[in-house]
Amino acid sequence: MSFIPHNPEDRRKMLATVGITDEEELFATIPEGLRHSQRLKVPGPLDEETIRRIPQGRVSRTCFAGGGIYRHHIPALVDALAARQEFYTAYTPYQPEISQGTLQSIFEYQSMLASLTGMDVSNASLYDGATALAEAAIMAIRAKNLRRILVTRSTNPAYRAVLRTYLANHAIEIREVPFERTSSQVDQKILEAMIGADAAFFIQNPNFFGTLEPMDAVATIARRAGFFGIIVTEAISLGLLRKPGEYGPDAVLGEAQSFGNPPNAGGPLLGFFCTTQEHLRRMPGRIVGMTKDFAGNPAFCLTLATREQHIRREKATSNICTNQGLCAIRAAIYLSAIGPKGLRSIATQCVAGAHQIMGILQEKGFTPAFTGPFFHEFVVRMDMDKRRTLEEAGIVPGIPIERHYPEIQNGLLVTVTEMNTREDSKCLIETL
Amino acid sequence: MSDRNTIRTFPEITEPLLITRSAQGKNKRQIPDPFKAGLPADLSEFINPEQATIPDVSEVETVRHFTRLSRKNFGIDQGMYPLGSCTMKYNPKICEHIANRIKNIHPADKLPMHNVLRALAALQRYLEEICGMDACTLWPAAGAHGELTGMLIIRKALQAKGAKRDTVLIPDMAHGTNPASCAVAGFATRSIPSGKHGFLEAGTVKEHLDENVAALMITNPNTLGIFEQEIGEIADLLHAHGSFLYMDGANLNAILGITRPGDMGVDCLHVNLHKTFGTPHGGGGPGSGPVLVQAHLEKYLPIPRIVHEPHQLFKLSYTTPDSIGMVHSSVGNVSVLIKALVYIVSLGPRGLLECSKTAALNANYLRVQLARCFDLPYKTPTLHEFVLSDKQQKDRGVTTLDIAKALMDYGFHPPTVYFPLVVPGAIMIEPTETEPLEELDRFVAAMEEIASLTQSNPEVFHDKPKLTPVVRVDEVWAARNLCLTWSMTESKPEEEVSK
Repeated sequence: MSFIPHNPEDRRKMLATVGITDEEELFATIPEGLRHSQRLKVPGPLDEETIRRIPQGRVSRTCFAGGGIYRHHIPALVDALAARQEFYTAYTPYQPEISQGTLQSIFEYQSMLASLTGMDVSNASLYDGATALAEAAIMAIRAKNLRRILVTRSTNPAYRAVLRTYLANHAIEIREVPFERTSSQVDQKILEAMIGADAAFFIQNPNFFGTLEPMDAVATIARRAGFFGIIVTEAISLGLLRKPGEYGPDAVLGEAQSFGNPPNAGGPLLGFFCTTQEHLRRMPGRIVGMTKDFAGNPAFCLTLATREQHIRREKATSNICTNQGLCAIRAAIYLSAIGPKGLRSIATQCVAGAHQIMGILQEKGFTPAFTGPFFHEFVVRMDMDKRRTLEEAGIVPGIPIERHYPEIQNGLLVTVTEMNTREDSKCLIETL
Repeated sequence: MSDRNTIRTFPEITEPLLITRSAQGKNKRQIPDPFKAGLPADLSEFINPEQATIPDVSEVETVRHFTRLSRKNFGIDQGMYPLGSCTMKYNPKICEHIANRIKNIHPADKLPMHNVLRALAALQRYLEEICGMDACTLWPAAGAHGELTGMLIIRKALQAKGAKRDTVLIPDMAHGTNPASCAVAGFATRSIPSGKHGFLEAGTVKEHLDENVAALMITNPNTLGIFEQEIGEIADLLHAHGSFLYMDGANLNAILGITRPGDMGVDCLHVNLHKTFGTPHGGGGPGSGPVLVQAHLEKYLPIPRIVHEPHQLFKLSYTTPDSIGMVHSSVGNVSVLIKALVYIVSLGPRGLLECSKTAALNANYLRVQLARCFDLPYKTPTLHEFVLSDKQQKDRGVTTLDIAKALMDYGFHPPTVYFPLVVPGAIMIEPTETEPLEELDRFVAAMEEIASLTQSNPEVFHDKPKLTPVVRVDEVWAARNLCLTWSMTESKPEEEVSK
């Protein structure tokens, strides 16, 4: 296939206008020694039908995997609207006069995220929840001149890993706050001892194990931190649980893939970032503001660009430029399609389903690793043989967590959403 | 012109914020209810007694709202989008089609992930071949994320050598993300001047090479569209000094199959899949910024790495002791990666080469004609893009911004403006290889008309554009009267917003 529209006649005409006889002449400035004389060793050209025949794997019939990436119902209209070329083939909306579609959609996304988290403002998205945490840590350090980052050990291990990567060359100490072995909730005594005005404190709720943290008590302790951030990796929880903003954080951030974005084999995901008026000017990423055009009509444009890299260069609040714009638009469309009642009902199904599946597993003799209250994920102890049996029956049993938590032997993180069916439960009962 | 009509459909209708249409009970969507159960009682202390405040609207209202909004946007499928350095080329539909296949795969589902990882491993090999590099990571989620990853790799390599170097040299025409990414990676940056011919001279690099220089970060071809012809010499200088050469691959689309970063002596680079391999930009992402390195930097690449033992599934490995660590919570923007892979195999080696050649032909076809009525500050030959300025229009009161806004009324997206910073009033034009001759001619005609109107009627520019969904947007007002959410509009008197 070629997507070049010129025929030989066009080419001749254009070469003549430029005053050359072959395009090769346009590359004369490239020194001879640097020229690549061989043909590139890549396959193709392939026609569409040949490409379509490339084998694809079939997804397992039942999936209990989550751990930060979730399967949820996506209304058909989300795909239909997000596939409009006006949205997906546009560039970053630097020219607001012909980008009002992207801009207003992102403004509505910001509004919904701020409202759901109970914060003042939201940015236009970040790459994913993990980089959102890293960006929050950098913002916290700069805002309050902090020297320590405290993060709960029950925060998604990948998030903590990315945090370490981003902060490797900043003179910052990162320490992990342990969890209580029975409940998997944060160990409040140790947190009390570690916290201080020189530290930023981040906690994931519901945590990586699905456990709900005692947020009122945590918030009381967190008041003594220089900066308090709440991480949410399952955005659906925002439709049911008390708003994170109630606990007085400086930032609420994390992953909003669950809002209308499929798992996509790992990405694109949708990092979100909400904060308070106080920190607005230090927020990473793009922000859309409402304004007016010179005829007085309401209009939207990117704003507070003076924080950003193309103006501030090395002094920018972040290096992020392109973010996850279309994923944020999908989230806005999704939330509009689902509505407040629907969002609550989906969250309720997730929780109810998880408790039902936990019951089934317990009946089958598996023990939960923790006793704490949980949302739609929990850790159960299941040995390799049993996991393999389930896999062979076409069931993804969950996510093994021993690699990150060796003390939880045979730990398996099981996730249930409204996408799991009665058939899934039956299948589980029959196989085990 | 038909494009004008496309932009101008129903411009007088302001699409209200969806929340203003909201009323309890309008949304009748039936939610899957597989478990027929309610909440366990012991969770009550965690539950918000109230529903979330998001729009309660019917399905048709959601569909109409976002359809109407979409019509206020301009995409590459509507017309020419000559944003220099941003590279808005046609996004083949087959790439979307194939990428859609993976959407329901959870990364923990091993069997379908085997196929995905096998495809991604192939993409890594093709990118290595196209760039002449030894190893690749696909996880950075955008170009700037790739820059950061690359600079962290260089930082780690320096630390391994025990070298305390913390300065990165960056030519004055670089993208703003370059210094910003260096800063996040913990480096200081020093801007160095490009030469009077529009490329960096080896002598300049030599002058600035001191014991603190960790690397030089260079875009090649650079943001003027000029090939950095002294790059080989510059690479040798840096290497002899123990410094690294990082290349911003933003303009790789100009040199596919013609020259390779690896052959130039580049140690590490990122590529923007959107710019070179036709993945859609999505109005601001998702992008993808794979990073490629020479063998001596491979062990520092982020984890996980894709591994494959014979007769086994493709898997991810997290056991690379020298790695900089993870840069993404999963494996990057996978569906974007799949689109780039489909693009590469659709075109094949000849097709890729033809892309770069035609991109240069299209750009030079415009340059030759536009240089007759606009200032061309650098005369050095250019490849896929070139930079004009408003020097000949400015004294008539017409600026680059006016020219950009006027182009919208002709049905074009404006070029990149006021960048690179080395050209005051820069107008940076990149037509890409997928623009037909007719569209290029129409663009030349529009620019010529703008140039002639500047002489005869300069005042017409000040209320351009006129045919767009909104007229010129007050960006200063936006920054002074911050309104960033629905609830902030409520606290603002209505007449103030619509004044």
